[in-house]
Amino acid sequence: MSSESEVIDQYVEQEYKWGFYTDVEADTLPPGLDENVIRHISAKKEEPEWLLEWRLKAFRHWQTMKEPCWPQAKYEPIDYQAISYYSAPGAKDKDRPKSLDEVDPKLLETYDKLGVPLHERERLAGVAVDAVFDSVSVGTTHQEELAKHGVIFCSFSEAVRDHPELIQKYLGSVVPYTDNFFATLNSAVFSDGSFVYIPKGVRCPLELSTYFRINAAETGQFERTLIVADEGSHVSYLEGCTAPMRDENQLHAAVVELVALGDAEIKYSTVQNWYPGDEDGNGGIYNFVTKRGVCRGARSKISWTQVETGSAITWKYPSVILRGEESVGEFYSVALANLAQQADTGTKMIHLGKNTRSTIISKGISAGKGQNSYRGLVQMGKNATGARNFTQCDSLLIGSRCGAHTFPYIEVKNPTAKVEHEATTSKIGEDQIFYCNARGIETQDAVNMIVNGFCKEVFSELPMEFAMEAQALMDVSLEGSVG
Amino acid sequence: MLEIKNLEAGVDGKTILNGIDLSINAGEVHAIMGPNGSGKSTLAQVLAGREGYDITAGSVNYNGQDLLELGPEERVHEGFFLAFQYPVEIPGVNTTYFLRAAVNAVREHHGKEELDAVGFLKLMREKIELLELDESLLKRSVNEGFSGGEKKRAEILQMALLDPKFAVLDETDSGLDIDALKIVANGVNQLRRKDNAQLVITHYQRLLDYIVPDHVHVLVDGRIVKSGTKELALELEERGYDWITAVQAA
Repeated sequence: MSSESEVIDQYVEQEYKWGFYTDVEADTLPPGLDENVIRHISAKKEEPEWLLEWRLKAFRHWQTMKEPCWPQAKYEPIDYQAISYYSAPGAKDKDRPKSLDEVDPKLLETYDKLGVPLHERERLAGVAVDAVFDSVSVGTTHQEELAKHGVIFCSFSEAVRDHPELIQKYLGSVVPYTDNFFATLNSAVFSDGSFVYIPKGVRCPLELSTYFRINAAETGQFERTLIVADEGSHVSYLEGCTAPMRDENQLHAAVVELVALGDAEIKYSTVQNWYPGDEDGNGGIYNFVTKRGVCRGARSKISWTQVETGSAITWKYPSVILRGEESVGEFYSVALANLAQQADTGTKMIHLGKNTRSTIISKGISAGKGQNSYRGLVQMGKNATGARNFTQCDSLLIGSRCGAHTFPYIEVKNPTAKVEHEATTSKIGEDQIFYCNARGIETQDAVNMIVNGFCKEVFSELPMEFAMEAQALMDVSLEGSVG
Repeated sequence: MLEIKNLEAGVDGKTILNGIDLSINAGEVHAIMGPNGSGKSTLAQVLAGREGYDITAGSVNYNGQDLLELGPEERVHEGFFLAFQYPVEIPGVNTTYFLRAAVNAVREHHGKEELDAVGFLKLMREKIELLELDESLLKRSVNEGFSGGEKKRAEILQMALLDPKFAVLDETDSGLDIDALKIVANGVNQLRRKDNAQLVITHYQRLLDYIVPDHVHVLVDGRIVKSGTKELALELEERGYDWITAVQAA
């Protein structure tokens, strides 16, 4: 019947609510990339010599690399010389705020508008926030309270200054600077990000979260996050991201490294809502991100949960290297490709240790002209005796112009390892929508209800405060989709 | 309550309903019977507002409103209800959540406040006893994995919750054994009142032993060829549809 395609065509008439621009004076490097730019960034941040050397090694290596062309995504070649690699709010270095009290009110207002208030009195209870604006962290809340428990939560720059021994020990230990094209670029030019250290046996008393905001035009954001959970510790961390609406594409190439020592647990959640571009594929963020965790110690656990609704192109595979015996890796993902969005996302579970376990639940939703690909690798090493993996990979199609693709890779080198893979593809049918209509439920509400039902298993993995938000975000991202 | 005049409708240029005239008053139960392919289900779908049918002539007046001008959900808000012949499965959507959304959508339209989870549960418990429905079904996804009989009973539960003014039951008896049929019929009968009306679509007379109609109409080739009282249904049971078709041809 004809109605479905018409109804679904209107999917594209959605509005991106976070697309405003904050007019602040900024200290921005002119576009272009060479060793001088890297020296400049390093000098701005008053970094030690070893870090500059590390950046330069990465840059030299990057120059020998080729951009990967295997993702299931089409886009014009990126001109790396047309991007500015550093932009910080505040015109001069001496204007840089020393504490949250000195932060430009316009910036605080920006975070208020985004629903992440940083002021003392309005702060989110139970959640400590590090706010990253373009290339720098503008402030971190609840630091004193965390310090009481020995928890370090600060911007990456501060960590380099105040905890160099930890950074030197762990930086690049999970994602080496030679890892891949975008991670290597990040290693050369990364500007800021968050650092977390949870000491032995400590259960972090607050949810930690970083809110990334791209504001300046023609600027890339290259942040770096490093989380180290020492033996027997526990931490839950969440990141959120938004950007203004612009006609040109902007590059976001981040690196996240997680290290879990014996019996430690890291839960890392992402609500990614970068500007997706318009229905013709103009503008939007290129989200090319390398996220990887290593379960170093026995019985450690790393769990990735991601809700990906934004970005023109998403290219990310949060992975876990299961080295410690009986360590556990989890990946829960909802990825929406609406409008002309292209998502190529999934995970890698690398089983090295005995009796390691991993679970992968991936829910891909395609609407509009969106293309959604799941790409996953499950590798059972030759010493991974008794290792197990369960993968469930479901795709939901809305309308007839979108696509869903699945690329599962399975490599098993140990005969006792068990790997299970289940996959389904379904379509929101006209008959389902009509059935809801015939019970008095409007079409848009019916679509939201069905999509949220589809995502339920993943949403329930998010920290409570954010599960509702993720559901609301999904509704907004599907808004205006049907008439 | 419902006045159908000369209704013609089809799909892809093929005419299925060939000028239907039917008038139903409050307090009445009408039955439409007919052989396969006579247009019974098409009539139900057109009345419920399913897209994809071309309505080429005629009108449907529902309590003074042009029914065909209303969207499917608006018809429900105005008290129209269709019990589906093939209820649709919606994986992942909890049945209780779905039913509450439906009830609240109608309440919202009438300016009533939403029922909260507790208020809704109370309402649902009342209705569920009526239908001897296993409460555990309500914790599952909408119609998913329900047996044929469970699906049909769930349809009548929805009807009971939405309390429609005018309900169409599209072959609600198909796929039911005699015990389930009695339960469903009992549920429907309890919802009968002076201020509402029902249109029961069926292939077999059997259902009409339990839901006794005031009027019976026979649909053949998209047209009502004979109307009568419940005795007509018994006659059809005895003589089959060929008899009517033969009379038509003559």
